[in-house]
Amino acid sequence: MTSFSALYDSTLGKKYIMALTGAGLFGFVVVHMLGNLQLFLGPEPLNRYAVFLKSKPGLLWGARLGLLLLVFLHILTAVQLTLRNRAARPEKYDRSKPYRASYASRTLFLGGLALFAFVVYHLMHFTVGTVDPSYLKLRDAANRHDVYRMTILGFSHPGVSAFYIACMAVLCLHLSHGVGSAFQSIGFKNKQTAVWIDRVSKILGVVVFLGNSSMPLAVLAGILR
Amino acid sequence: MNVTLRVWRQKNSKTPGRFVEYQAKNIIPDMSFLEMLDVVNEDLIARGEEPIAFDSDCREGICGKCSAVVNGVPHGGHRGTTVCQLHMRHFKDGDRIVIEPWRATAFPVIKDLVVDRSAFDRIIQASGFISVSTGQAPEANSISIPRVVAERAMDAAACIGCGACVAACKNASAMLFVAAKNAHLGLLPQGQAERYRRAFTLVKAMDEAGFGSCTNTNSCEAVCPKEISVEFIARLNRDYAVALLRGSGREAASSAD
Ligand code: HEM
Ligand code: FES
Repeated sequence: MTSFSALYDSTLGKKYIMALTGAGLFGFVVVHMLGNLQLFLGPEPLNRYAVFLKSKPGLLWGARLGLLLLVFLHILTAVQLTLRNRAARPEKYDRSKPYRASYASRTLFLGGLALFAFVVYHLMHFTVGTVDPSYLKLRDAANRHDVYRMTILGFSHPGVSAFYIACMAVLCLHLSHGVGSAFQSIGFKNKQTAVWIDRVSKILGVVVFLGNSSMPLAVLAGILR
Repeated sequence: MNVTLRVWRQKNSKTPGRFVEYQAKNIIPDMSFLEMLDVVNEDLIARGEEPIAFDSDCREGICGKCSAVVNGVPHGGHRGTTVCQLHMRHFKDGDRIVIEPWRATAFPVIKDLVVDRSAFDRIIQASGFISVSTGQAPEANSISIPRVVAERAMDAAACIGCGACVAACKNASAMLFVAAKNAHLGLLPQGQAERYRRAFTLVKAMDEAGFGSCTNTNSCEAVCPKEISVEFIARLNRDYAVALLRGSGREAASSAD
């Protein structure tokens, strides 16, 4: 068996794929959040940033394809592992006790599927404009796409904002286990570091939740308009 | 004391099993859990019924033969305790106790609470060993082993192969068992020659046996009667990555010919 086929065929190889693609997606989530937090700086910085992101189509599409590949590999591998795991334990215990297994660690798959649904909605909402086509036609004084206004309009529906916040809670849960788990999966943990890696993992999950939820919350509270 | 048991009864691997209730009467709190089952069985035999089949051997927590899920937790949920070392004083008079076998595709039920754990044997046969020259015993202390290394190897070697890790894991993953064997041999100087080939072959045998993958929930560590640390799982993940980088799969395949 070659190393390459073992990477794809073995459960450990698949976990490396989960961990590495998960880490890549986590990196994107953090950068995306930091970029979006410019919403609090006002229309000018945010709209300028949006133009900058779209200024190099090669880079933009390279990044999009890269992300698509990460998402594809992460989900494909998650499905393969989950099917295998369910086949390995088809019969439940009479009183199944999730003995010391955290809620987050037991809900990775269903939470992950919810995240995928969220990503699809999010793209339809703010990127493709399926939810409201007028969002993409908004222009600011400098005739740039008015991303600031689009975001404010998008989050001014309480139902939509609540959905976003709920999905960020799911992401928080996924990451609070996932980030630490990724270190374990690539063998980058020991007794001393594990405590800290798991702690930081939970903190990062909460930071991502608070950072992302602050935007719809600020719009609903009327702080941003 | 008197307790009510709800026990998994299954004739053989082909017949579907079901729960049956039994009354365990006049149990002395100082009895072990298995002694309590012995009492129930004597009663069943006296009544001409089939006794409850369960595994045990040493009954002192060192052989790894006993295996039962008590109230949803393998070995009953007392830290570092096998079910043979679990005592009835941990229960209250009138308690209702659910007793089940390990549940995993790789561990088919043979009868009642007895499961077939030969999947573990196949993993050990695949590469749970080191190669040494036979003949004269080597000079003592001719290989120096740092104390911390010896201690860590001993921590891993404490594994008695009972399979509680698999039973506890929601994925029925054998990672803690395999990781313990990999570390116990791979930490010591004598285990270095085959270190990466061993990691590769152990994982291959583990996957072929039909165990699930590790989601790092750590329930294995929580139920392990020898309190083996999931730290060794990280080590196996590390060794396996190095094995892939070194192409140990090819090496393993050519030496198997
Ligand atoms: C924002 C997007 C996502 C990020 C940042 C992310 C991140 C992560 C990380 C870091 C891990 C830990 C990997 C490991 O244990 O080695 C993980 C695991 C996992 N993810 Fe995601 N994920 C995302 C989306 C998804 C989606 C859409 C699914 C859909 C099915 C999913 C399913 C899973 C599953 C099942 C695991 C556990 C794998 C295992 O431990 O066996 N994730 N994720
Ligand atoms: S019977 Fe030997 S460990 Fe329980």
